[in-house]
Amino acid sequence: MIFLDNIWLIPLLPAFGAAIMFFFGRKLTKQSVNMVCVGVVVLAFLFACGAAMQYNTWAAANDHKPFERIVYTWLGSDTGQANYALRDGSPGVFHVDAGFLLDPLSTIWLLFVTGVGMLIHIYSTGYMAHEGGYYRFFGYLNLFMFSMLTLILANNYVLMFVGWEGVGLCSYLLIGFYFQRKSASDAANKAFITNRIGDAGFLLGMFFIAWYFGTLRYIDVNRIAHSGHFLKGDPILTAATLLLFVGACGKSAQLPLYVWLPDAMEGPTPVSALIHAATMVTAGVYMVARSNALFVLAPTSMMVVAIVGALTAIFAASIGLVQNDIKRVLAYSTVSQLGYMFLALGVGAFSAGVFHVFTHAFFKALLFLGAGSVIHAMSGEQDMRNMGALAQKIPTTYRTMFIATLAIAGIPPFAGFFSKDEILWQTWTSEGGAYRILWGIGYITALMTAFYMFRLIYLTFYSKPRMSHEVEHHIHESPASMTGPLVVLAVMSLFAGFLGWPHSLGGSDRFARYLDPVFARGEAQVLVGEGKASQLAAGEKEEEHTSPTEILLMFLSVGAAGAGWWLAKRSYVNAEKGYVEPIDAAAPAVYSTLLNKYYVDEGYDYVFTGRRKIGNARLGVMGLGEASSWFDSHVIDGLVNFAGWMTRLAGKISSWWDKWIIDGAAVNGVAYATLPFSWLARLLEWGLVQWYALVMTAGLVGFVFYYVYH
Amino acid sequence: MHAMLDISTLHYLVLGAALFLLGVIGVLTRRNVVIVLMSIELILNAVNLNLVAFSRYWQSVHGGLSALQGQVFAIFIITDAAAEAAIGLGILIAFFRNKETVNVDEVDLLKW
Repeated sequence: MIFLDNIWLIPLLPAFGAAIMFFFGRKLTKQSVNMVCVGVVVLAFLFACGAAMQYNTWAAANDHKPFERIVYTWLGSDTGQANYALRDGSPGVFHVDAGFLLDPLSTIWLLFVTGVGMLIHIYSTGYMAHEGGYYRFFGYLNLFMFSMLTLILANNYVLMFVGWEGVGLCSYLLIGFYFQRKSASDAANKAFITNRIGDAGFLLGMFFIAWYFGTLRYIDVNRIAHSGHFLKGDPILTAATLLLFVGACGKSAQLPLYVWLPDAMEGPTPVSALIHAATMVTAGVYMVARSNALFVLAPTSMMVVAIVGALTAIFAASIGLVQNDIKRVLAYSTVSQLGYMFLALGVGAFSAGVFHVFTHAFFKALLFLGAGSVIHAMSGEQDMRNMGALAQKIPTTYRTMFIATLAIAGIPPFAGFFSKDEILWQTWTSEGGAYRILWGIGYITALMTAFYMFRLIYLTFYSKPRMSHEVEHHIHESPASMTGPLVVLAVMSLFAGFLGWPHSLGGSDRFARYLDPVFARGEAQVLVGEGKASQLAAGEKEEEHTSPTEILLMFLSVGAAGAGWWLAKRSYVNAEKGYVEPIDAAAPAVYSTLLNKYYVDEGYDYVFTGRRKIGNARLGVMGLGEASSWFDSHVIDGLVNFAGWMTRLAGKISSWWDKWIIDGAAVNGVAYATLPFSWLARLLEWGLVQWYALVMTAGLVGFVFYYVYH
Repeated sequence: MHAMLDISTLHYLVLGAALFLLGVIGVLTRRNVVIVLMSIELILNAVNLNLVAFSRYWQSVHGGLSALQGQVFAIFIITDAAAEAAIGLGILIAFFRNKETVNVDEVDLLKW
């Protein structure tokens, strides 16, 4: 069990690569950087394959339990002493390990993250060959792999959150790789801040879980949730799962926190492929899938997840219909496909959602890498209005991208068809009329997906050349380091779908079977909630029947894909310079709204960030800043000034008091009071002789009278 | 003439008192220094009159025995008055030399 016991090495290998880059990267040559960074990821992939194989044998012998390897106690009490109170009053022991868990869900993620990561690392050696900051790029990529692998392999929510934050950080670093460009650094800030809003929700959800369950370890949480201890519809669980979903919205770019993903295209194309297509954005899906035991206990949250997923899907697809930058189209496509994944999770079709993540990783990474190859061939041009007729000139890129487009549009037998169709079928068969509406939304989105993807193909590879002559002369196929991964991913896009060949077409749906230990009880609960308990008891699930409705819906979705393809071909296959967009011709108002992304970014600027003022008022964060500044300069400083004014007033009063009362009344007053006495005293020294004589005489007369009358 | 006044001692005393009072008033109220000195003489002479009157009265009371003390004392006083008048005039001259005036009011150098 060497691979399993040392499973902690898998995240640590890329971390080691990142550390080497951090300390020594500046002095290494590009070859050494390649050897170290790409080498550790290749090693991680091989290790992951070994671990997956060993897990399969181990699980078969151990009742398909998840394999857990705890490395050390990280947080909280080691002795088992209770240190906080749970909601029901019982004492809780807060204890978080640095532990790794391997079960079918994390195995799938592990394999495609390391696999696609490895391919993208190899691709990047070709793509970034002429760029500066080579070692920095690979250091960040390795750091990202470390964080993502920690996220996937964690055995508890807290360690997952460490990886969660880590991928957010690496996303910021990599989007802002060309940080000297203001648009790039703005986009990096936008990504990180929007992510952070989601992270707040994630943290609150985690706190609820810790408070309610007393533990954050997946095994314990799932055990308690499945034990029936909590009732379905429990309000705290609903709150906790909704908050976790907020975190997923931030990380996986759902409404309303999707705004960072299109701007994230400022980063180099391999970054867009790895982080914003195949791996980081699937972290939200992973987290919700991991918490399926909690979500099935909160049907309200599931409904919210499904609705948000469906709305995001159609919203993003509609914007993608008219974008001109090749990477923007793919970015909105990613948001839209992520919406499908959440729709699947929301209706209880967990394995279908995971299957779509799996297939999407391959064809979306392929699309992005192919777009990178196109941009490389076009000497940096990204606007599709200036491309055209590249099919003969860059054949490998063209063929692989075409395969990926077929996959994403949902044309059988390519990968996307099986996963998308499964999601739509599960949505249709969910109880409740609302789900039919969601199916309708998903159906229209599929049509739009086909349309904008084939639009991309026709504008880029077919139609008339619309680029300048200089660029046209430089068009060349990419080196093997870039085309190699494209071919591998194309093969996966072709064949990966077969893993989930549905029962209705005679297959064994191995993918869903593989995920049974993780999702079976959750999906069963959903069925029970839908009133299909008898079916469950009979050991059957919907897809085991070959239902005619399912075949009909399959044909309808293929039809939608075909319709989208046909519409795109009609409008774009012969597009010349200055071609007219069909939507613009039909409804210019709609076109400009879609081109401006429904003005959502502007709306956020008005309301949340406060970068634009409404009239004279500024709302949002900057408005708060302005209000605080006003408060400081008017109220606080006003108080200070008032204190000063009061002091000066006191001074004035004091001086008045001193001058008039003290000096006037006390000092001078005493003098004036003695004045009358002086008047009397003066009489003694008048100087007039006759006055003296008179006084003497009067005295004498007095004496005489005194003696006479006594 | 039946209501002919007998001039008794009382009349002399009253006269003496009246002259004394006039003298005092003169000393106290007159502005001219010379008049003040004259008033002082008047006082002294009034006193003399008083003394002589009492001397005659004692004689009349004690039947012919003469008491000349009063009259002798009156001569002393006359002498005294004369000396005093000389001194007084000397002061007046000094007075005038210092302050070109004979107004008592105007010599108030010893005042506050």
